[in-house]
Amino acid sequence: MIEEGLKSELQKQGVYVTTLEGLYNWGRANSVWPLTFGLACCAIEMMAASMARFDLARFGAEVFRPSPRQADLMIVAGTVTKKMAPLVVRLYNQMPEPKYLIAMGSCAISGGPFKQGYNVLKGIDRLLPVDVAIPGCPPRPEALIHAIMTLQEKILAQKLTGPDRPRHLDAAVPGEFPVPAYGADDLEPPKNPELFHPPLLKR
Amino acid sequence: METLEQIKARLEKTLPLTKLDIVPNDCPAGERSLRAAAVSAFAVARFLRDDPQLKLDYCSNVTGIDWPQATVKTKVKKKVLVAGVEKEIEETIETLRSGHLEVVYHLYSMELKHGPVVLRMSTDNRADHTRLPSLTPLWRGAELQEREIFDLYGVIFEGHPDLRRLLMWDEFVGFPMRRDYVAPDDFEYEPTPHDKVLEAAKKHYPAEAPV
Repeated sequence: MIEEGLKSELQKQGVYVTTLEGLYNWGRANSVWPLTFGLACCAIEMMAASMARFDLARFGAEVFRPSPRQADLMIVAGTVTKKMAPLVVRLYNQMPEPKYLIAMGSCAISGGPFKQGYNVLKGIDRLLPVDVAIPGCPPRPEALIHAIMTLQEKILAQKLTGPDRPRHLDAAVPGEFPVPAYGADDLEPPKNPELFHPPLLKR
Repeated sequence: METLEQIKARLEKTLPLTKLDIVPNDCPAGERSLRAAAVSAFAVARFLRDDPQLKLDYCSNVTGIDWPQATVKTKVKKKVLVAGVEKEIEETIETLRSGHLEVVYHLYSMELKHGPVVLRMSTDNRADHTRLPSLTPLWRGAELQEREIFDLYGVIFEGHPDLRRLLMWDEFVGFPMRRDYVAPDDFEYEPTPHDKVLEAAKKHYPAEAPV
């Protein structure tokens, strides 16, 4: 591993030295392509974020892809109803690795104002791994940009080897998440027990 | 537009076998409605649409109402002789209202620019006799709204071209907008529970508080 001081000294002389990991992460972090996928009013803020005023393109995430095969970020922007939840999981499964997920707004995080409804999933984290969560109802476009910057930091810090390596580099981890089926009054199963570990609340 | 009494009188003249009554309304707007028996509701609706004086060609809204079985208290003023003096007292009468489902149609006329006429019809009960005639053949715009009422209240519309669940999935059991619907128990993680949610979440609290 090359020292930071030596690295910057060499850069001044026009010699660039990097690691494969650094190059790989740098490339991925600066071309995060989100999926064109909106569920409710948060999607309006997501659209605003990609437009000229907020200009998400400054962070390399402007190419909203209409196909999950070409996207590497899913922004769950809005209320996930139980009827929609299996389709969200299916879309996420169809995205190629490495892929990330931003839960945008209180509905996607916890169900939000519809938390006690019979028809709304109480947070997408019950079914899919969430990388960044943005609170807000809906969050401002700046908040979404902040979330994408946070995600970029997360990507840049990823190690390609070792126990902390990402999901897609670990052969033992299954690549797909189980798609829940429609049950008599809820999804079957209502949550993915591998993923969803709520803290035990002390009362 | 004619008053509801006039419409009712003309309807009874044209369709002598129909059972109609006018439902009063105590709210400030005081919009009364016409209730038709389920058997003749389709004929009544067709009259309202085709009659040259009414021409109610636009059905703006279809709503379902769930009336569970309940005792209804009505206050009636009564004059009673108390020790030779006539006094007015208020008496509360309790009547048992049988449970039923009701469907309400709001009808307007685009051509004659009047309305609304509110048409109601109710089922016999909430359990097994929940059939009503569909008015979709008369007003195409009622199709999705009748499907929604079928989905959420369980009213079966006879003559509907495509009666499937609209908002809930096909495998769903039950009718969530009914007053006695019990939502699935998924209260295992409630960071800030209160009121009913607190009661539901308490079932999931550990027997012994974790340290």
